[in-house]
Amino acid sequence: MQVIDYLIDPLHHEFMRRAMIEVVLMGAVTGAIGTFVVLRGLSFIGDALSHAIFPGVIIAFLLGASIFWGALLFGVLTSIAIGVVATHQRVKEDSAIGVLFAGTFALGVVLISSSKNFTRDLASFLFGNVLGVTMTDIWLSFGMGALVIVLIGVFYRELLITSFDRVAAQAMGLPVFLLDLLLLVMISLTIVVSLRAVGNILVVAMLVTPAAAARLLADRLLVTMSLSAAIGVASGIVGLYISYYNDFAAGGTIVLVATAIFALVWLFAPAHGYVFTNVLNRRLAGAAETQVVFESPEIQAPGRH
Amino acid sequence: MRSNSPGLVTSDDHEDCLVIRDLAVAYGRKVVLKGVQADIRRGQVVGIIGPNGGGKSTLLKAILGLAPVTAGSIYLFGKHASQLRSRMAYVPQRELVDWDFPVTAYDVAMVGRYPHIGWLRRPTNHDRSVVEHMMERVEIIDQRAAQIGQLSGGQQQRVFIARALAQEADVLLLDEPMNGIDAGTQDIIMQVIEEQRVAGKIVLLATHDLVSASCACDCLCCVNERMVSYGPVTETYTVDNLAATYGGPLIMLGKSAEIEPAHTHHTGDHGHHHHTHEGVGGERN
Repeated sequence: MQVIDYLIDPLHHEFMRRAMIEVVLMGAVTGAIGTFVVLRGLSFIGDALSHAIFPGVIIAFLLGASIFWGALLFGVLTSIAIGVVATHQRVKEDSAIGVLFAGTFALGVVLISSSKNFTRDLASFLFGNVLGVTMTDIWLSFGMGALVIVLIGVFYRELLITSFDRVAAQAMGLPVFLLDLLLLVMISLTIVVSLRAVGNILVVAMLVTPAAAARLLADRLLVTMSLSAAIGVASGIVGLYISYYNDFAAGGTIVLVATAIFALVWLFAPAHGYVFTNVLNRRLAGAAETQVVFESPEIQAPGRH
Repeated sequence: MRSNSPGLVTSDDHEDCLVIRDLAVAYGRKVVLKGVQADIRRGQVVGIIGPNGGGKSTLLKAILGLAPVTAGSIYLFGKHASQLRSRMAYVPQRELVDWDFPVTAYDVAMVGRYPHIGWLRRPTNHDRSVVEHMMERVEIIDQRAAQIGQLSGGQQQRVFIARALAQEADVLLLDEPMNGIDAGTQDIIMQVIEEQRVAGKIVLLATHDLVSASCACDCLCCVNERMVSYGPVTETYTVDNLAATYGGPLIMLGKSAEIEPAHTHHTGDHGHHHHTHEGVGGERN
């Protein structure tokens, strides 16, 4: 089979075309916002939010409403709750997050246990069901994703300064708490976009892995963000093809591809990769020493003319 | 409290001053600083000195509205300081910055223009030229495209000085700017402080470097969990007062009534790039 056929063949199916659009949208948005998740050290919070919106999704599902609004409502409520509970002196932020996200996730599990198709429904929420994506889902993903990207553009400088130097941001009188809240809401929106593609459990991987890889490749925020989005999109597309031909679960395969990309970057990134910093540098250092010896006038390099 | 009356001004002059009255700061129930009284005029450089954990950084943060003030008040040019935050430029301690962040030196300096740019706007040509001018002033313009973490300690500090200057603020607050930097950068910082003084700005310099404090400053504010003294360098830079500020051990610096600087800030002691004075990490933030 030709490579072109190999790539085009799956797209003859309507469900694969829709799935492809969905994973591209998901990869771009998670990659972009994930840059802030990684730079701010929010991976635990990202994980927590994805669990916390679970009951919102379930309630909306059981009521027959759009899961997007349920998820959004719970995402925003949890974002605020995390911020407020953590202001108490005796409760550290990570404890607050741990309590809230485990509690809300448990609520979601209890709620969905009343559903007739408990196991199947639970599985599709937890691990995604990208092949069952409808055009409505795609339009909602597109709307949410576009909103997140526009918000990043509008608040780019504010997000940069609150991430890079919080104290200076506060000193300048920026509303740091509100900007933090905005970021959490944007992460919630992104998680909602990703639910269909990779599911609740694996969303955090798409928030963290592409951005963590991009960080090893770039020295500017905008470049990091673009690369991260590109890695997210690439993971989605490659993962979807692999899952199609091998009959693997799409969400898991997409995440595995992202993980593989991260591993490659971690090993071989030009400036910050393991091979370069640990192996090549050592060898170059060795070579430089040798050269210094040879350049010294008294010593003739053996075999050198 | 030896000399907290000199330098106090009448309320008529407050339009031109940073006025601190009966200031106390507490984290939870722990009072970390109290009894701060100071009137600082435009064109004055004030050194904040004292032992680590004595409240130097805390005082700067209280002025910036970043520390929980439990008593007293801070006025800038006749208004509550909290209303004029954008007119105060702050150079934080190097330890507080995430040096791995993917920003260039130029990006960092441009942050100083944010209060001028406002929400939803882009930097204008004027903003860019101010940033470039300030980066030239501190001799860091050549490194404008470098990622901030790839610069030496001194270069990083100069980027932050450029950021503070780019803000074109009326008050400059420097927290241990001489820590872990090369002699050339120290010279530049001292020159910048002098230029700010001439330009009629207020400069607050928290430092444990007594020699540079006594050279650069008009007044010293000595703190050790409370304000020990405030006044002109000639009155506060004395063995008795420094002993009162730091507690006993400092007496070993000199036994005469006047402290002779053992070395100037140019000496090789500060010449190493990542040299950090001991005990800095213990400073309460």
